[in-house]
Amino acid sequence: MSADVKSRIAERAARELRPGEIVNLGIGIPNLIPGFLSADSKVVLHTENGLLGVGPRPTNDDGDPDLIDAAKQPITALPGASYFDSAASFAMIRGGHVDVAVLGALEVSGSGDIANWAVPGKDVLGVGGAMDLVVGARRVIVTMTSTSSRGQPKVVAECSYPLTAAGVADVVITELSVFRILDGALHLTELFEGVSLDDVAAATTAPFVISLEESHVS
Amino acid sequence: MTIQAVISAEEAIRNVRSGDTIMVGGFGLVGAPLTLIDALVEHSDATDLTIVSNNIGEPGRGLGKLLRQGRIRRGISSYFTSNPEAVAAVNEGVIEATLVPQGTFAEAIRAGGAGIGGFYTPVGAGTLLAEGKEARLIGGVPHVLEAPIRADVSLVYAARADLLGNLWYRLTARNFNPLMATAATITIAEAGEVVEVGALEPESVATPHLYVDYLVERA
Repeated sequence: MSADVKSRIAERAARELRPGEIVNLGIGIPNLIPGFLSADSKVVLHTENGLLGVGPRPTNDDGDPDLIDAAKQPITALPGASYFDSAASFAMIRGGHVDVAVLGALEVSGSGDIANWAVPGKDVLGVGGAMDLVVGARRVIVTMTSTSSRGQPKVVAECSYPLTAAGVADVVITELSVFRILDGALHLTELFEGVSLDDVAAATTAPFVISLEESHVS
Repeated sequence: MTIQAVISAEEAIRNVRSGDTIMVGGFGLVGAPLTLIDALVEHSDATDLTIVSNNIGEPGRGLGKLLRQGRIRRGISSYFTSNPEAVAAVNEGVIEATLVPQGTFAEAIRAGGAGIGGFYTPVGAGTLLAEGKEARLIGGVPHVLEAPIRADVSLVYAARADLLGNLWYRLTARNFNPLMATAATITIAEAGEVVEVGALEPESVATPHLYVDYLVERA
């Protein structure tokens, strides 16, 4: 996956976030989103290892070894930030106090099932906070490429990998398009510039309804 | 219990016995009680240990040292993946792994310390991690019953402690430490700095001293 593709997805995902929302960003593409938020976006970032009010990454060596995000990378804290223990952090998530979770996935089904933590026979030993976040966040945005590195579609009729949770995805953003899951059905709502319906159909095995929003058709 | 004095890590770690369940604070190595872990590695023969920690350290660092000694029988964790050697040990059958969603892991420890017999959570319902657990619909939403987690000994880290054992945490080094301090028969706190009684603002104490049995200073 090229840096350009990742940036394109992150840039579009950033536009899904509304002023004042509390947002938790997963590892990978979601971590690029802060670079596309304007200074006055008023989006407040939560990290599950115990901080509300995540600031930019420190420059050079001015990071603090006690201050990291869930990806275990150095961060800063903004004025108005607060620190809390892990039980309190996940109470915020499970209790519906975090507005949005943005995360990557291996597969998403047309009804919003997400598989993003395990590959059978390879990696079933790390789940972290993924299950808590997709169940607890009020809105779940999946950012991922449309196909795997082996060219397999990732928006599928039914997930073949172990589920993170069923029926939880609200929005799926790939390098080709935006899908929204409404009442358990998959809707294609936006095609990116230079992308055709055939391109999306070729990279998607889940049935979908074409519900292109006029302003976004290019 | 009220502690009497700061003791050495070597002396404190004698509380760990073979077959014990040990909680170890930290998110990765941040907030991990590294001096106590080193004492466990260098000055204890206790083996057949069950480790409750979000990660099993990193290769050759933190709990990764104990893993290399072959003294861990079982890990209860949300993310073994941050130490590839732990993943290999599980795949080779050297250690047994219990994988728990991170929020459930934290809440189970909180419950263990708070005298709660278990709790229903929607997290994990219908997934591989709910297998063998009681499931029920609450308000039409599938939930699973999760048991509390307790330990024989907890090893926690706080940036500052007073001589009574009140603990103050710094930045994101807090994480699981205040929870684990409540959930063991014996809690050993490692402090970056030990201050006089009265030097901590009472409102800023995150772990009141009644949870702390032994106090050690970070090397």
